[in-house]
Amino acid sequence: MIQHERAESRAGWMFITPALVLIGVFFVIPVLGALVLSFTDFDIYSIGNPADTRFIGLGNYRSLFADPLFWKALRNTAYYVVVGGPLSVVVSLAAALLVNARLIRWKPLFRSAFFAPWVTTLVAVALVWRYLYHPQYGLLNALLGLVGVGPIDWLGNPHWAMPAIILMSVWKNFGYNMLIFLAGLQTIPPQLYEAAELDGAGQWQRFRQVTVPMLGPTFVFVGVVTMIAAFQIFSEPYVMTQGGPLKSTLTLVLFMYEQGFRWWRLGFAAAVAVVLGLLTLAGTAVQLRLRRGGERVV
Amino acid sequence: MRRKLEAVALHALVIAAAILTAAPLLWMVSASFMRPGAATSSPPPLLPAPHTATLEHYRALFTSQSLGRYLLNSLVIAGCGTLLGVAITAMAGYGFAKLRFRGRDPLFRNLVLLMVVPGQVAMLPMFLELRELGLINTLFGAMIPVLAPIYGVFLVRQYALSIPGDLLDAARIDGASELRIFRSIVLPTIAPVLVTLGVFTFLSAWNDFMWPLIVLSDDARYTLPVALANLAGEHVQDTELMMSGAVVTVLPVFLAFLFLQRYYIQGIMAGSTKG
Repeated sequence: MIQHERAESRAGWMFITPALVLIGVFFVIPVLGALVLSFTDFDIYSIGNPADTRFIGLGNYRSLFADPLFWKALRNTAYYVVVGGPLSVVVSLAAALLVNARLIRWKPLFRSAFFAPWVTTLVAVALVWRYLYHPQYGLLNALLGLVGVGPIDWLGNPHWAMPAIILMSVWKNFGYNMLIFLAGLQTIPPQLYEAAELDGAGQWQRFRQVTVPMLGPTFVFVGVVTMIAAFQIFSEPYVMTQGGPLKSTLTLVLFMYEQGFRWWRLGFAAAVAVVLGLLTLAGTAVQLRLRRGGERVV
Repeated sequence: MRRKLEAVALHALVIAAAILTAAPLLWMVSASFMRPGAATSSPPPLLPAPHTATLEHYRALFTSQSLGRYLLNSLVIAGCGTLLGVAITAMAGYGFAKLRFRGRDPLFRNLVLLMVVPGQVAMLPMFLELRELGLINTLFGAMIPVLAPIYGVFLVRQYALSIPGDLLDAARIDGASELRIFRSIVLPTIAPVLVTLGVFTFLSAWNDFMWPLIVLSDDARYTLPVALANLAGEHVQDTELMMSGAVVTVLPVFLAFLFLQRYYIQGIMAGSTKG
């Protein structure tokens, strides 16, 4: 028996080792490496001669916090997270409620239609939207023109560029959260609605008193996943605006990419990466805490 | 009567929403068949003018823009990455779920915690690491992020937990080796979740942009999204050409989704309620 156990334990390690090695070498070590790198002056000269690199303590963080571009990128990213995140959650919930409505037929068809943008390639659809947003020939302005709204220079105006990117990402991503809300909605026992109906609760009251509280855990999951993804926004501005106009769509990850891979200031860029990681952790912790507090009340 | 009206109104709403959602994709397809310059006229046309639909942009993509090469690169990266990734993840997920060894559960908990760290944090050092290993500019380097996705290990483990332990113990007493047990008992049982994971992995490898952009510097190794972004820089005025490039990029994953959407949608819905 002891021998059996030993064999099983050996097999266990054998089965998990390939994954552990890959995760260790290509994730854990690089993440720790980013921390170390952020304390060095690793730059284009260090690539040719790594021995040239010196530890400069918090030097990168000091220049980072003194760099107006960093604060701009941070503000833009916060804008995207704070406006785009909740908007995406609301649209997803609305789509889920619509598809889940008792009277709706051909549910799987509509579900797939709403989910379709999520499977598409971001670079490709970002290009499509770049043309849809064209101030003169874009379909969006043509559509808005029908209801009397004047042409908007979506991607050329610093005030409109970030909203345009948010609109496009909501379109691209809401299907995923919709599926998660649908799964959550289906776990709500129908008796709860029947009981509420017997108590004379109208549709809105049933939504407030049954649906929303019962979806509590789903909101946490959707909130955390959406926020983590939002902090990482990169491809949309890279393809649609290159961070412009006037840096109005420069995000943290785009800033990191440009500093690291265009100017090869890897030490400095690593400091941006560390800040990004810490912000994500803090955001996740806050959401989980808020939710836990909220659930006690409910 | 009121109920009927309500049903009609709801259907009108859901159909309008579905059309709006599909519109950008439909326009992409439509514009890809228009004559050069036709998409940029006022008012913007929804369809190619009668008898002017053309395949010339698709032809140009595969001849002068060597899109076939990028298509092949994307297929190799997403295909091989998926096969390797699913195999490695299946083993790890099963190991964490059913094989008893010391330190297993704390190890797994730590692994799950790692999921909160955004992948981009690792990218700068990983670039330097791959440079040392000589993996920059290789297709293998580009598939690394999908080889051992932690969410995949998590997904497989949750599924494999339901395999009865007695069944595995009985096989052990009969003298079956652990590898044999994995092949003939475990794999068939967890096959559905592996298909889900496979579809997921393929799509994320195919659609990925930032990592291939960093790791592939040689034009001949580009994936479709990287090549497309590059092409957009040079041909920004050629709306119709760009749209046919977008169609070629999206079509393979879209077809994969259409045929396998059952697994895909179930996977997302199951993952969220169990997680």
